[in-house]
Amino acid sequence: MDTSPPEPRLSALYQELILDHYRRPRNKGTLDGATHSVSLNNPLCGDEIDLQLQVEGGAIKAVRFVGRGCSISQASASMMTQLLKEKAVPQALALAERMSAMMQGDETAAGDKSLGDLRALAGVSKFPIRIKCALLPWNALTDAFKGQW
Amino acid sequence: MLDAARLRADFPLLERQEHGRRLVYLDNAATTQKPDAVLHAIADYYRTTNANVHRGAYSLAIRATEAYEAARAKLAGFVNAWTPEGVVFTRGTTEAINLVAGSYGRAHVGRGDAIVVTAMDHHSNLVPWQILCQEKGATLRMVEITEDGRIDLSDFGTALEGRPKIVAFPYVSNALGTVNPAAQLTRLAHAVGAVVVVDGAQATPHLKVDVRALDCDFYALSGHKMLAPMGSGALIAKPELLEAMPPYHGGGEMISRVFDDHSTYNKIPHKFEAGTPNVEGAVGLAAAIDYLGAIGLERVAEHEQALAQAAIDQLTQIDGVTVYGPRGHRAGVVSFTYGDIHPHDIATILDQDGVCIRAGHHCTQPLMRRLNVPATARASFYIYNDLDDVAALAGSLVKAGALFGYVPA
Ligand SMILES: Cc1ncc(COP(=O)(O)O)c(C=O)c1O
Repeated sequence: MDTSPPEPRLSALYQELILDHYRRPRNKGTLDGATHSVSLNNPLCGDEIDLQLQVEGGAIKAVRFVGRGCSISQASASMMTQLLKEKAVPQALALAERMSAMMQGDETAAGDKSLGDLRALAGVSKFPIRIKCALLPWNALTDAFKGQW
Repeated sequence: MLDAARLRADFPLLERQEHGRRLVYLDNAATTQKPDAVLHAIADYYRTTNANVHRGAYSLAIRATEAYEAARAKLAGFVNAWTPEGVVFTRGTTEAINLVAGSYGRAHVGRGDAIVVTAMDHHSNLVPWQILCQEKGATLRMVEITEDGRIDLSDFGTALEGRPKIVAFPYVSNALGTVNPAAQLTRLAHAVGAVVVVDGAQATPHLKVDVRALDCDFYALSGHKMLAPMGSGALIAKPELLEAMPPYHGGGEMISRVFDDHSTYNKIPHKFEAGTPNVEGAVGLAAAIDYLGAIGLERVAEHEQALAQAAIDQLTQIDGVTVYGPRGHRAGVVSFTYGDIHPHDIATILDQDGVCIRAGHHCTQPLMRRLNVPATARASFYIYNDLDDVAALAGSLVKAGALFGYVPA
């Protein structure tokens, strides 16, 4: 049996903080008084997210999600909801772009404090097929504001 | 058990490394690797025999046609088909089932009729029937499965009381490894006058198939799951049913005489093979059948059963692992979950050790709902796998557990 230690890239991928958000997701549930709701799934691996937002005066007052899926997609969703509270919509969309840049391997994005806990997901960029997992909640966010806000 | 190491030498892809590790390919239910015998047969066909079939009057075209028809006869013999004319080449199982639904189904199913499928059917033996039922105003009845992942025979009996026109089920489940009692299910369905469609995608590569002994009416298979190229496959049918069926696709090859406003159709099986067929696929499939025939399907089944048993034994010893599907007699497909580690995460971690498994719903979403999981991880074995591969799977899984805090690293 192979008992060599896991690859460093794997340890970087599955950090404590990511598993913590996966197992104890923040802001999980549904939102009364939501102004924006989006459901997205990834048919390939079955990750799902229902994202609800309450926007007032151009700012996100509350955000909740219900989701099923891998640790990466669920941790990303949990971390995202923490970050979005009280953000103006354009600010939230700018964060989505930073997140996307980090997933493409952009080092400055990975060092950007504005991404908060999400920086723990920087290792995902080394696993190209998992990037869509990390971006699923963010795609739901940008979808939510595709129309009017 | 088979001498897997010796067989592996026939498969050039299996000599590759992944992430610096020996490749441990355990996704054979999705598709198998191809031996040199198949790769060479395809290359030889193009180097020596290629021309369009059933058209040219010159020797080369005649040889190409002979190669194509010889492949049909070989496949007929392999599954003990009624006649070679009862073998329609298709792109695979999916197209074969769509052919039955689109031709036989559209001609025979009407408003208020019933079609029976099972909760363990692959989407390709479910969605074509959903589409047909929606078009015709017929009802689709899904037979439940038991706790240990078998077709619930009492629910199957209840479903038959609705006197369905068509009963469809998988011979072997791609998600659970269950080997269904296909001959018995066929007998029961025939007793109420139903026509029986067997999804043989996972059975044909792994056990000795005899469609005449099963006595089913239609049998679908995929070449790429049994060492042959992608895009090869067939519908095996009782010839008298095919004779009476309307065509499926229109075009060249399937016609006899074409007038301005109508046509008469070619004999079976050509009536159902519109357009230029996948001749390299048929030739490759014939080579795959020779390769498997030399080993013997009984020995293939025995080998896989041993690997599946070893995998179940080793995986269930890991605290937190759940293995789905029946124990005892089963095929070499082992579906499992590990605590709250998502199967997708398991697959990523195993991949770093060169272990290729499938994670997801395996095109069986109704089944996943019944198992109450969004997805499973699945290891599936073939002739070139051995006990070292099972050990690699178990070892890598322990690492996944360590990363997620299940066992001390
Ligand atoms: C049980 C079963 N049925 C049908 C299919 C579909 O086969 P194909 O994609 O070759 O048409 C598969 C494989 O994916 C299968 O496992």
